[in-house]
Amino acid sequence: MGLSLSINGQIHTVEAEPDTPLLWVLRDELGMTGTKYGCGVAQCGACTVHLDGAAVRSCQTPISAVGAGKITTIEGLEGRHPLQAAWVAHDVPQCGYCQSGQIMSAAALLAQNPKPSDGDIDAAMSGNLCRCGAYQRIHAAILDAASAKTEA
Amino acid sequence: MRLLSDTALAPNPAGGDDLSATRRGFVIGAVMASGALLVGCSPADIMGAGAPKRDFGAFGPFLKFAPDGQITVMNKHQEMGQGNHVGLLAMVAEELDADWSKVGVEASAADAKVYANSLMGIQGTGGSTAIANSWLQYRKVGAAARAMFVQAAAEAWKAPISEIHVKSGVVSHANGKSATFAELLPAAAKIVPPKDPTLKDPKDFTLIGTDRVKRKDSLAKSTGTARYTQDVRLPNMLTAVVAHSPRFGGKLKSFDATAARKVKGVVDVFAIPTGVAVVADGVYAARKGRDALVLTWDDSAAEARSSAELEATYRKIAAGEITPKDDQWTDFASKGEAKDSFEGPDVLHATYDFPYLAHAPMEPMNCVAQVDGSKCKLTYGAQGHSLDQLSAATVVFALPGSIEIETLFAGGSFGRRSSYDSDYVVEAVHVAKHVGGFRPVKLVWTREDDMGGGHYRPMAHHAVSVRVGKDGYPVAWRHRVVVQSFAKGTMLASMMVKKGVDGTTVEGVEGSPYLAATPVVDAKVYTPKSPITTLWWRSVGATHTAPVMEHTVDQLAHRAGIDPVAYRRELYNRAGAKRHLAVLDLATEKAGWGQPLAEGWTRGCAVHESFGSVVANVCEMKLIDGEPKVRRVVVAVDCGVAVTPDQIAAQMEGGACYGLSAALYGKVEIDKGAPVEKNFDSYRVLRHNEAPKVETHILPSANPPSGVGEPGTPVMMASLPNAILAATGKPVSKFPIVSA
Ligand code: FES
Ligand code: FES
Repeated sequence: MGLSLSINGQIHTVEAEPDTPLLWVLRDELGMTGTKYGCGVAQCGACTVHLDGAAVRSCQTPISAVGAGKITTIEGLEGRHPLQAAWVAHDVPQCGYCQSGQIMSAAALLAQNPKPSDGDIDAAMSGNLCRCGAYQRIHAAILDAASAKTEA
Repeated sequence: MRLLSDTALAPNPAGGDDLSATRRGFVIGAVMASGALLVGCSPADIMGAGAPKRDFGAFGPFLKFAPDGQITVMNKHQEMGQGNHVGLLAMVAEELDADWSKVGVEASAADAKVYANSLMGIQGTGGSTAIANSWLQYRKVGAAARAMFVQAAAEAWKAPISEIHVKSGVVSHANGKSATFAELLPAAAKIVPPKDPTLKDPKDFTLIGTDRVKRKDSLAKSTGTARYTQDVRLPNMLTAVVAHSPRFGGKLKSFDATAARKVKGVVDVFAIPTGVAVVADGVYAARKGRDALVLTWDDSAAEARSSAELEATYRKIAAGEITPKDDQWTDFASKGEAKDSFEGPDVLHATYDFPYLAHAPMEPMNCVAQVDGSKCKLTYGAQGHSLDQLSAATVVFALPGSIEIETLFAGGSFGRRSSYDSDYVVEAVHVAKHVGGFRPVKLVWTREDDMGGGHYRPMAHHAVSVRVGKDGYPVAWRHRVVVQSFAKGTMLASMMVKKGVDGTTVEGVEGSPYLAATPVVDAKVYTPKSPITTLWWRSVGATHTAPVMEHTVDQLAHRAGIDPVAYRRELYNRAGAKRHLAVLDLATEKAGWGQPLAEGWTRGCAVHESFGSVVANVCEMKLIDGEPKVRRVVVAVDCGVAVTPDQIAAQMEGGACYGLSAALYGKVEIDKGAPVEKNFDSYRVLRHNEAPKVETHILPSANPPSGVGEPGTPVMMASLPNAILAATGKPVSKFPIVSA
């Protein structure tokens, strides 16, 4: 068999069973380990990727449901997203384990709402847990990246 | 090869640092020492026995120079978010006068003889000691290497040493000659390192204490390239999950793996001491295989009680209504003669119930193990290196030092990754031993395994009665603590338990300035037993003692009609608690204590000392739809010299969130011996929209650095109930504050 997936602009044919969550296909079969496992039940956001530009939890997205949708993972940002620069400038990460998911959620937010309010950020980011409690830096870095983007 | 043993670059200089050992670190070292005395060698000797010979090069085990001048500092600790990697790096770079853009850090090998925590005597990270125990050691490493470059330049240029200067990795002489570290490297490597290099006067620091000290791992952690245990991929590697007893203390009776073996990708299924291991070619297959197992458990020795029953039992014990045979009441901070009864109108009574708490770091427990006979390698986010080596060694019948550890980043820990029984590490070694042939096996715990795996902050009950004098201040204090001990009956017991008291069960009541200011104290602790495992959890005993002491004092102030900050000041003055006073003053001034707030908002204040640091916290809270919302938190911290101010702030921010999360929502409920909350759908934790803005103020200090990873947590758990008391007039007696 083999199912074709479009990930970061490339087509990958994968062997996994169709009910396998995208998360495990990315990590175990394709070796793209930037996307993390934190809960497996869509509660923590560590596994967040984009499916056709929208933030989705890959732990709850079976590959059979992806179809021809375009997936972007943290690797697909190639370290060039303004959010990533803002993350470094604010020294946002502590353990760092949640940060791929945080950045993917924030990137989806900015793509669709380039000038988010505090409330918009709260709403978009409340599905991403950070047990280290880096929330206020995450918030500040999103605001910074948003203003950098609109100035540019 | 030149011997480094009597130079500053030698491993673990004798004597450690001239600071008071933070208690937990000290205790662990003492535990190992007590065992070591029996055989007449140091704990590090035991833990390091069997270690391979290591050739460290000219600059010793902590420092490497690449030919291009790139500098690598070896971190003997675990970097699990606390920022110690950059603190240690700053200490070396400061004394070396290195170019900050050319220094990096790597995890060291596991070898207690070389990389011991000088406050523990063995290698391990905990008790907020990483910076504290390294303060002189890592600075000396930098200073000795600097002296080698200076001497090499002086010899090459035939100039007196006193005329040589170093700045940002460039060595120069007044006559205009200059050379980089890279250029001088071959000559410097031949110099014998000085035994006792001169350290800078802290007033001459140009890096330590500045905001130039930025994390070195932020980019890797913002691009998904930082490597955690979950991300390890090795040739031929297998993935394992383990089916554990649903109840604490349950044992495997039998299992049927017929269906599990038929799952595509499952390679093997077998029993290990903690349950049934399913080994597969990936996580998803392993989990599917585990779901297909048919298991029966023997619950004859398992916990059968539920939380409500345990709580009721604790209350009855504290009230003196029952005394089960688990333990006996033991005095810990009593003084004076408690002749009076604690009854009457001048006595305040307060009780507190605390639930079990899971650490719930974002990355669940996991470990990659390879075993072939007695050869064993572990690749994971090691935190308790020496303890894990010892535990693994007993499984493969090897010497502890021979267990090789490659230390990776850990996705948080909060105490969980270092345990007296090395639970998940031992489990990984058992699986890899069965697989054999040095084939890598990644043991993966799901979130449910992680939260259901015990090692919780223990459930606790406090009953406090305080008699006050005419002025409203305490004259007699009776305190009863009922809490499980994770030291009693484990390898930690021999030294952590003194005169029948496990210090972690009472720390923070013991040593409290409020008790110092009270003439008569009658304090006792009782430690019930249960198969439910418990462990240190970010700030350990202070997770319950700080809210108890601080909320009791607020209730006393409330009763006396005295402002709670003024009330504390008086007690600190009576107790001579100068550091408490200083952080209280700083935090309340910055927070605008006493100034009006918008309708519905109140402030709460708390001060607590732990791990050598004293922290004050003032929060602003409003009850919105019955749930407390905290929007602003002002923290003042006295942690000695501030090595990395921005990382101290990060720890205060994170510590506040961690404490707020636990105080508001944290709870693992036990149902007939089995944990109920096993994932974030039921174990509620603080989210982005609920996080306060934390402002950190650091008290200037010339004292050696003390801990910052933990002390920001307990004060948040304590200031919140005080803000609620200010709002409602009603004390908080049960945690978490938000139920369901
Ligand atoms: S792993 Fe997918 S949301 Fe937690
Ligand atoms: S940085 Fe550790 S969980 Fe977010």
